[in-house]
Amino acid sequence: MNILETKNLKKSFGGVHAISDLSISFAKGKLTSVIGPNGSGKTTLVNVLTGMHAITGGAVVVGGKSFHAIRPESLPRLGITRTFQDVRLFEQMTVADNIMVALTARGPLAALLERGSADREERVKAVLEKIGLWEKRRELAYNLSYGQRKLVEIGRVLAMDVDIVLLDEPFAGLFKEMVRVIVGIIGELKAAGKTVLLIEHNMELIRELSDHVIVMDAGGLLAKGKPDEVLARRDVIEAYLGE
Amino acid sequence: MEYLIHLAVMSSIYAILGMSLNLVVGYAGLLSVTHAAFYGVGAYAVGILTVSRGYGFFEATAIGMVCAAAAAWFIGIVSGKFKGDYYALVSFGFNIIVFSIFLNVQSVTRGPLGIPGIPKPELFGTAIRTNAQFLILSIVFALLTYAISQWIVKSSFGRALKGIREDEDALRVFGYDTARYKRIIFMIAAMLAAVAGSLFASYISYIDPSTFSLNESIFILSLVILGGLANVNGSVFGAIVFILLPEILRFVGFPPDIAAQMRQVAYGAILVLLMLYRPQGMFGEYKL
Repeated sequence: MNILETKNLKKSFGGVHAISDLSISFAKGKLTSVIGPNGSGKTTLVNVLTGMHAITGGAVVVGGKSFHAIRPESLPRLGITRTFQDVRLFEQMTVADNIMVALTARGPLAALLERGSADREERVKAVLEKIGLWEKRRELAYNLSYGQRKLVEIGRVLAMDVDIVLLDEPFAGLFKEMVRVIVGIIGELKAAGKTVLLIEHNMELIRELSDHVIVMDAGGLLAKGKPDEVLARRDVIEAYLGE
Repeated sequence: MEYLIHLAVMSSIYAILGMSLNLVVGYAGLLSVTHAAFYGVGAYAVGILTVSRGYGFFEATAIGMVCAAAAAWFIGIVSGKFKGDYYALVSFGFNIIVFSIFLNVQSVTRGPLGIPGIPKPELFGTAIRTNAQFLILSIVFALLTYAISQWIVKSSFGRALKGIREDEDALRVFGYDTARYKRIIFMIAAMLAAVAGSLFASYISYIDPSTFSLNESIFILSLVILGGLANVNGSVFGAIVFILLPEILRFVGFPPDIAAQMRQVAYGAILVLLMLYRPQGMFGEYKL
């Protein structure tokens, strides 16, 4: 069963067609990697799916419901969250507060009346312990290393606890040890039945983690299927490596 | 003693202005240069309603707050479409528009002639006549503003405001309707500024448009920056320093014809030095 689909999705920036007529689907509870050369439209796809970019044409289908426009603030209701390729933390807020924003009331009035709660503090603690940053909870986000910043983004995903998780290059620029931490967390997300869309360039990790692979090229679909089958295709290798 | 009480009253009024603007600039990160307009709306509401319509101070203040909130709602809808420098420019424009209304809608505001004879407040039938009594009233309002500000910034709403300041688009992904948040905090700040205006009008007993010009907005913004962005206590500190600074400069011995200009130079120099060496202000938690 597909929990997330695009139907003839189009996204243009002026005369540049970043995504053209893309119809793909993401199976519920599976990890689907989206790969492709730089500029193939992967991050644009995530930005369109999360309302960061307006849809030019076609539709996004979430849980069977079709959308021609998505507002980012509606994502939690749709059961979607994401990370960003260029890590986007709330820099001059503490690590704990960066996680807390995923747990507190969203409506202004409810937020105005909401004070700290032991339950939420516990959840923040659980998340920070899982990503190994509990000791850094009072540190401002901009004082963290690049790898720690990536972990905080993953921590926010865990705190959101939604069904569909879009991870945009979560391993980029990380040490091996930190990669293994995030691999472990992604494994737990899969085990918990979450649907994961992973954008990644590291083929070893894609083989290790993916149930399905979608290959994009020039804003369109080039191939899709099981990782070993797709990654062995000559047209995929050519598109990726330019051979 | 009267002189010291006068300084304390003015410090209280500017502390209200500083704390309220800090909610918008320091916490939500919206570089607003419109605050004097809302300050003026509160002052003119009290001026017009008490002098011409016979309203009491507190009724007129309440109406001024509603008017300021309505103006902020409208300005917030327009300015909410902009970010960063553009937001500042749009807010700059709105201050000029409101100032022009004060100056030119003479049938209501008496334009450059101003409104004289604004009465002192009455509380339970007793007029607040002396400056000492007025000081108590202004401190009560300043404390209320402090309590409201602290409540906001310590709530989840306050954390969301900081999130808007840091990365509005990223915060939206977590389900926050940031446009609503911005409008609401802008309206709250405008209402508090209107209270400061009401106090000022009633205390000085005369208002004219010159008090609510763009310069005044920049002055309020400067005291917020001095005290520190995203720090409520800092705004109180900034207000006291900016009110006392001209008095201190009196003792430096500048010739009377350049003394006023030297105050402006001092304010400007403080801002330049802060931006160079301490961009978060004295007690601030956020760097512009």
